[in-house]
Amino acid sequence: MHEKMNAKMEAREINFYYGAVRALKNINMSITGNTVTAIIGPSGCGKSTFIRLLNRMHELVAGSRVEGHVYLDGKDILDPTIDAVDVRRSVGMVFQKPNPFPKTIFENISYGLTVNNVRDKDYIEAKVVESLKKAALWDEVKDRLKDNALRLSGGQQQRLCIARCLAVGPEVLLFDEPCASLDPISTGKIEELMLELKKNYTIVIVTHNMQQAARVSDTTGFFLMGELIEFGKTQDIFTAPKNKQTEAYITGRFG
Amino acid sequence: MKKRFSQRIGFGILWLCMAATLFFLGSIIYFIVVRGAGVFSWQFLTDVPRKSMTAGGVAPAIAGTVYLTMGAMVFALPLGIACAIYLNEYSPRGFIVNIIRMSINNLAGVPSVVFGLFGLALFVKSFKFGVSILSGSLTLGILVLPLIISAAQEALMAVPQSLREASLALGATHWQTIKRIVLPNALSGILTGAILSIGRIAGETAPILFTAATFYNRGFPKSIFDEAMALPYHIYALMTEGTHPDQQTAIAYGCALILLLLVLAISASAIIIRQRQRRFHA
Ligand SMILES: Nc1ncnc2c1ncn2[C@@H]1O[C@H](COP(=O)(O)OP(=O)(O)OP(=O)(O)O)[C@@H](O)[C@H]1O
Ligand SMILES: [Mg+2]
Repeated sequence: MHEKMNAKMEAREINFYYGAVRALKNINMSITGNTVTAIIGPSGCGKSTFIRLLNRMHELVAGSRVEGHVYLDGKDILDPTIDAVDVRRSVGMVFQKPNPFPKTIFENISYGLTVNNVRDKDYIEAKVVESLKKAALWDEVKDRLKDNALRLSGGQQQRLCIARCLAVGPEVLLFDEPCASLDPISTGKIEELMLELKKNYTIVIVTHNMQQAARVSDTTGFFLMGELIEFGKTQDIFTAPKNKQTEAYITGRFG
Repeated sequence: MKKRFSQRIGFGILWLCMAATLFFLGSIIYFIVVRGAGVFSWQFLTDVPRKSMTAGGVAPAIAGTVYLTMGAMVFALPLGIACAIYLNEYSPRGFIVNIIRMSINNLAGVPSVVFGLFGLALFVKSFKFGVSILSGSLTLGILVLPLIISAAQEALMAVPQSLREASLALGATHWQTIKRIVLPNALSGILTGAILSIGRIAGETAPILFTAATFYNRGFPKSIFDEAMALPYHIYALMTEGTHPDQQTAIAYGCALILLLLVLAISASAIIIRQRQRRFHA
């Protein structure tokens, strides 16, 4: 709790275990508010494990265990007395594969509000419109809010998932490879959107795409085999990495 | 050459097996239709048995079978779905839950006459429900419980994990996720499983033998504490008792035909529900 400065989120001495397997080793990371932080690293290095920890989604995995602290505005969200439901309201998550509910577009967005006991119809409607606008989807769906969300294209579905997330009113947004199943045009739209969202939100994104990390992020962390090898300004990491392994990875000379 | 020859033989054997199966299935339906259709009439479906079961209809038996199966479902469906939800969504995956699962699967293999004896001891005697629709329904319900649980579990497992994660990540509680995402998506699967199990219990004889069925009723049962006639038991009674075997045999085939049609109709409705749901989700 000492040198928090203006960190929005902060991971302190995180160790994570799947049963006996240690998937994260002594991770320390400080995430500044209103920035985009990219998490890169080869497959299986623990990127998803780390990001899911930030809104306590790791609890869904039976037999997993975490040591350490994750602070959100100075409050330890891993503290068992804190309700995971409250954490997830403040820290939203968008997944690799778009996962809209098999409901209408409107219901997809309003779901997060109604489960949090918002009943006011006018407020919900206003929020749905606002969220769709923020996610740059409004113009494409404004005439078909009653359509089944599964009829949208993959890219539209992913923006719907972002809108759904925004409606709950989070402060931090976690993206786990949000563009992995999208074409370049949809990917471009989502990247643009992130730069826009950064003004009001703090964003953490896992990506396998180096150009994407370079384009959208302010800070980059390189993970390797459960360790945070290098963490710093994106510009520095991509132009003058301090670590040999980081350099090997970003120049593509690495598995 | 040789390879192709042995492939031919292989296919030939498979084809023969399938043809034999179809033959038996077809001949069952053929026999029952041919022998049962003769007694079919409006009166047969709506009247009570007359002239010591050599004339009239079998309406009380039809009603009894419907009451018994409906009673069993009213009891077993909520219980089975609740168990499946607990096992699939709540219970920690571990040793004890595995044992519970195994016991449920084994329960499905217990001979139905054993359920009948159990129902006699528990519902008829201990609970003093007597030989009644209530006792028979509860016994049939316990018999069908494992089927419903495993059908419901399968349907719950088919709901993608990604939907559960999406819901939880939006700040929904576990229970809200089950109620608003998991159950609605599993519902058609659960219902088809349940409907198919109705077909399974409609024809059961042994479980109702000591718990609900009566050889002959003048009219229709008036409450759940009354005994009831039922189609499968009525067939059994017609074939083993009475003094006019010829007329009785014809009526027995008529009852068999009704049972067959009932089960076919039930299965068909399950298929239709499944198709509808597929179309909606596509
Ligand atoms: N549910 C789980 N149970 C056991 N081990 C797991 C589980 N999930 C992940 N692991 C292991 O933890 C390690 C880190 O996995 P993680 O999914 O965090 O990697 P990742 O960096 O996100 O990989 P990718 O880029 O392929 O998504 C891997 O070795 C993986 O096998
Ligand atoms: Mg991953």
